[in-house]
Amino acid sequence: MKLTRKQRQAAHLAWIYAAAALVTVISVFPFYNAIITSLQTGQDLFLPSYLPTSFHWENYATALVHNGVGRSLANSVLVATVTVGGCLLVSITGAFALARIRFRGQRALLFTILCVSMFPQVAVLSGMFELVRFLGLYDSLGALVVSYTTFSLPFTIWVLTTFMKNIPVELEEAAIVDGASLWVIITKVFAPIMGPALVTTGLLAFIGAWNEFMFALTFVISGENRTVPVAIALLQGASQYELPWGSIMAASVTVTLPIIVMVLIFQKRIVSGLTAGAVKG
Amino acid sequence: MNPKTELAAAAASPSAPAAAHGRKRSLQSRRARAAWLLVAPTLVLLAGVAGWPLLRTLLYSFTDARLDTPDEYELVGFANYLDFIDGEAYGVLADPLWWQAIYNTLWFTVISVSLELFFGLLLALLMNQKFRGQGLVRTAILVPWAIPTIVTAKMFSWMFHDQYGTINDLLMRIGMIDAPLAWIAEPTLSLWAVVIADVWKTIPFMALMLLAALQMVPSDLYEAARVDGASAWQRFRRITLPLIFPAMLVALIFRTMDALRVFDLIYVLTSNSEATISISGYAREQMVVYQEMGVGSAASVLVFMMVAGVAAVFLYIGRIAEPKEKQA
Repeated sequence: MKLTRKQRQAAHLAWIYAAAALVTVISVFPFYNAIITSLQTGQDLFLPSYLPTSFHWENYATALVHNGVGRSLANSVLVATVTVGGCLLVSITGAFALARIRFRGQRALLFTILCVSMFPQVAVLSGMFELVRFLGLYDSLGALVVSYTTFSLPFTIWVLTTFMKNIPVELEEAAIVDGASLWVIITKVFAPIMGPALVTTGLLAFIGAWNEFMFALTFVISGENRTVPVAIALLQGASQYELPWGSIMAASVTVTLPIIVMVLIFQKRIVSGLTAGAVKG
Repeated sequence: MNPKTELAAAAASPSAPAAAHGRKRSLQSRRARAAWLLVAPTLVLLAGVAGWPLLRTLLYSFTDARLDTPDEYELVGFANYLDFIDGEAYGVLADPLWWQAIYNTLWFTVISVSLELFFGLLLALLMNQKFRGQGLVRTAILVPWAIPTIVTAKMFSWMFHDQYGTINDLLMRIGMIDAPLAWIAEPTLSLWAVVIADVWKTIPFMALMLLAALQMVPSDLYEAARVDGASAWQRFRRITLPLIFPAMLVALIFRTMDALRVFDLIYVLTSNSEATISISGYAREQMVVYQEMGVGSAASVLVFMMVAGVAAVFLYIGRIAEPKEKQA
C-alpha cells in the first residue's frame, strides 16, 4: 500500500506532535510531582498520586520556618547577588582586553581561563580549605563569595568576550578619534550597549552560585549560614529513618520557583548565552 | 566554543583601529600595556583562589596532614598514593573503594553522556521542525535545566522510592514489572537511577547547543540534496552531521568534563553509598569525613590528572578532526 503525499505529511506531523507531547510531559512531570507531594501530609504521601489530593500548605511553613530554609534562602540570595556583582565587575574589563586588544600572552591567557572552567572543584578542596581558614572566612558566607566569584569568572569572561567581539569596530574607532581613554570606552561606550549581554551572563552566574553544593557543604558548618542546596540536602525529620518528604518537596519547590520564573522570563537571552561561543567556535 | 578555532579567532580579533598612521604603533603598544592592567583583577583572583589552592593541594598530597591541624605535617613522599609496609599495599591506589569510584565515575560518564548526546540530538531535530506549539516545548525543556541539581536529586529519590515512588507505580501499572524495585538500595539499579536523573536534567543543554548548530545549516544545501534525490537519512548523514560536528564535539567536551567531576547528584540521590560513590565523592570523604587531608589531597590530585588527561584527549581529537571537516 502506497501512501499519498498528503497522507505521508499527515503521518509525519502526527509523529511530531506525539514526540512533542511526550517531551513536554517528561520535562515537567517531576516538578509537577514535587508540587503535589509538597501539599500532602500523613497517609496521602504514601499513595502514589497523579492529581492533587489535598492542599496542606503547612509543609511550606514547616520547611521555611522550622527547618530554617527561609534563612538559607536569604543566605543564597546574598551570596549569589554579591558573586554576580563582583564577577561582572572583574570580567567586563578582562573580557574587553581579551576581545578588543591584541597583546602578547593573550592566547595563553584564554587557554588558562578555559582550563580553569573545566577544573574539578575537588582538586582545590584542601588548598581552598587552608586559604579560607587563613582569610578567617571558614564557616561564613564570605568563603562562598570568594570561591564562587573565582570559579564563575572563566565562564562569564568567555561569554562576555564572545559578545564583545561582535560589537562593531567603528564604534570604538569613533571614540578613540574623540580622544576617549580606554576606561571611558569601557564604561561609557561598551557597558551601556552590553546591557543585554550582562543580564544574560549575570543570570547564568547567579544560577551557578545558587546551585553550588560542594564548597557550600564543606566550608560552612553552622546551620544558620547554610545556603539553599545544603539546607535541602541535610533536611531531617523527627526520626533518622523517616524523611519528611512533604517539607523536603515544599522547600524544593520554594527554592526552584524563582529560578524557573526567571529562566522563563529571560529564556531567549539565556539560550543565546548558553550557546554563545559554542556555535561560533 | 571549539578551543582551538576560538583561540585562533581571538588572536586575529580586531586590533587597535588605525587612527592616525603615525600614532598607530604607540596607540597599539599603549593599549597592549593597558590590557594587562585590565586583566589584572582576573589574574589575581584566578592565581590566588584557583592556582594557589591547587598547588597547596599538590603539596598536601605528599604529607600526613589532618584536617583539624593543617599546619602540623610531615612530608611522607608518595605514601598517600601507594606505599608498601611489610608487603601490604596502602594508599589511595591500593584502596578497592577508589577503584570502585573510578569504575562508577567512568561508567556514569560514558553511559549518561552517550544517552544525552543521542536524545539531545533527537530533541534538537524535533525542535528544528516547524509545528504549532513549538514555543511551549522549548519552554518546557528549560524546566529541567533550571532546577537546582540538589532539588533534582531529591525529586528523583522521591520518585524512585521503593514503596511510595511514582516510577515503580507507573511501571507496575503498565505491566513492565510485577513487584516494586529497590532503585536506591540495589547497587546495580542505583547507578541507573543516577544516570536517569542526570540525563533528564542535562538533555536540554545538549539539545539547545545542537539546535543552535542545526539552525546555522543553510537550507539551500537540503534543497540541492533533495533535487539530487538524496534520502532523508542521506541528507542527515552527509549534510547535517558533518556541519554540526564541531558544535557536537564542544557540547560533548563540556558534558564529559562535567560528568567526570560529578558529586552533588550522587551524594544526595543515593546518600553517597559506596555502590555509587564518585571519585570526587571519594576524595571529599577521605578529607572531610575521615579528616585525612593528605590522603584526600592525593585522591584530589588523581581526579585532577584524570580530568586533565581526558581533556587533552579531546583537544587532540578536535585537532585531527578539524582538517577533515574543512574538506566537507
